[in-house]
Amino acid sequence: MTAALALLRRDIALAFREGGAIGVALGFYLVVIAIAPFGLGPDMNLLARVAPGLLWIALLLAALLSADRIFHNDYEDGSLDVLTMGPLPLAAVAASKSLAHWITTCVPLALLAPVLGLLLNFPIDTIPILVLAMMVGTPAVSFIAGIGASLTLGLRRSGLLLALLVLPLYVPVLIFGVSTISAAVTGPGSPWPPFLMLCAISLASMVLAPLASAAALRTSFR
Amino acid sequence: MTFSLTNLANPTRFLNFTAAVIPWLAGLTAILLGIGLYQAFFVAPADYQQGETVRIMYIHVPAAWVGMGCYAVIAIAALGTLIWRHPLADVAAKAAAPIGATFTFVILVTGSLWGKPMWGTYWVWDARLTSLLVLFLLYLGLIALWQSIEDPGRAGRAAAILALVGAVNLPIIKFSVDWWNTLHQPASVFRADGPTIDPSLLTPLFVMGVAFLALFVLLHLIAMRAEILRRRVRVLQQTQVAQAAAS
Repeated sequence: MTAALALLRRDIALAFREGGAIGVALGFYLVVIAIAPFGLGPDMNLLARVAPGLLWIALLLAALLSADRIFHNDYEDGSLDVLTMGPLPLAAVAASKSLAHWITTCVPLALLAPVLGLLLNFPIDTIPILVLAMMVGTPAVSFIAGIGASLTLGLRRSGLLLALLVLPLYVPVLIFGVSTISAAVTGPGSPWPPFLMLCAISLASMVLAPLASAAALRTSFR
Repeated sequence: MTFSLTNLANPTRFLNFTAAVIPWLAGLTAILLGIGLYQAFFVAPADYQQGETVRIMYIHVPAAWVGMGCYAVIAIAALGTLIWRHPLADVAAKAAAPIGATFTFVILVTGSLWGKPMWGTYWVWDARLTSLLVLFLLYLGLIALWQSIEDPGRAGRAAAILALVGAVNLPIIKFSVDWWNTLHQPASVFRADGPTIDPSLLTPLFVMGVAFLALFVLLHLIAMRAEILRRRVRVLQQTQVAQAAAS
């Protein structure tokens, strides 16, 4: 347990020191939301209707583009080899790194989302549900991105391949994430049933995804 | 000529076995397809509501059975690669992926063409169609992953993991018409209370189903042969390069 926490602390510290890694993801999120009205037209009613979907999709893309950071740096300088020989099972290593990705990338993105929602005329009184849904849904995003990162370790054009592999797996997260927020904004119905499904998906992926990531990491080593 | 899974694990024996079997299988497939298509277009009655357009069903539904069954084959082959290290399991998976993608594409296109006269739209984002589109994307992801990794062994294991992760989509597709309110009709063949289709329509459907299954097995075996031979060529090329470098 202490080894896993030490690894977590190390990855968070490295992410903060990497010089702009988190800032770039936030900037990407901002830019994508900012150009959306140029493509969709400035009609605020339309933007308010598409705001939940746009906020979620841009968050998924921003998280995916920083996903190869999960294993890549350690793979390059050999630390991943040391970790596989250490006291932690490889699944715990994968879980720790995915959790670090969640804390350093997805949580800042989720906290930025309300601000960007203002650009899209998102109603202010539903901002708490927006942040809550994103906080609860993004662990699934990070852990499934961990599977993609471990499958595409060391490959050329791994960023695009990672997105191609992982985005179909994000469809349930996207469906329930958007329906939580839409139910809260316009109704009808309560946002809590899709919210609970979002919790379930996140919890299931936190348990199962590290197993798949560890198996994929082992294939990269043999 | 025994053909247990362990006997055929030897690639040479597999090549010999399939070389003998494929011509017969091709003939059987042609006969079954001939009978099935004749029954579908000339023998089976038109539907009382849909008229002649119901005949798209005889392509659409068997393609759906094969498209989803192909993914199940890939998932089982993935288990064979990861758990039993069967030598031909990753060959089977790699060969099946483009075939499955094509059958899934056929499902989507024939479904679209059927949907326009029946529902008034080529596409709708209901649960069945969406999960089948996700299946198509999963097939594309598998093909992309196979093509991106040079070493066939590593590619096989990585694709096996991806195939198993995506296998959760299969029960979602099957039960999507039960779990959600969908425009696509609910299950009418494989249901707990038995089929709800009249036998005059059901029999040609089953004949076409068997014909498509034979077609899938035929295409799969041909693709597996091609993949084995491709790997042999690759090894020969590598040996050639190594010898040229050594001399």
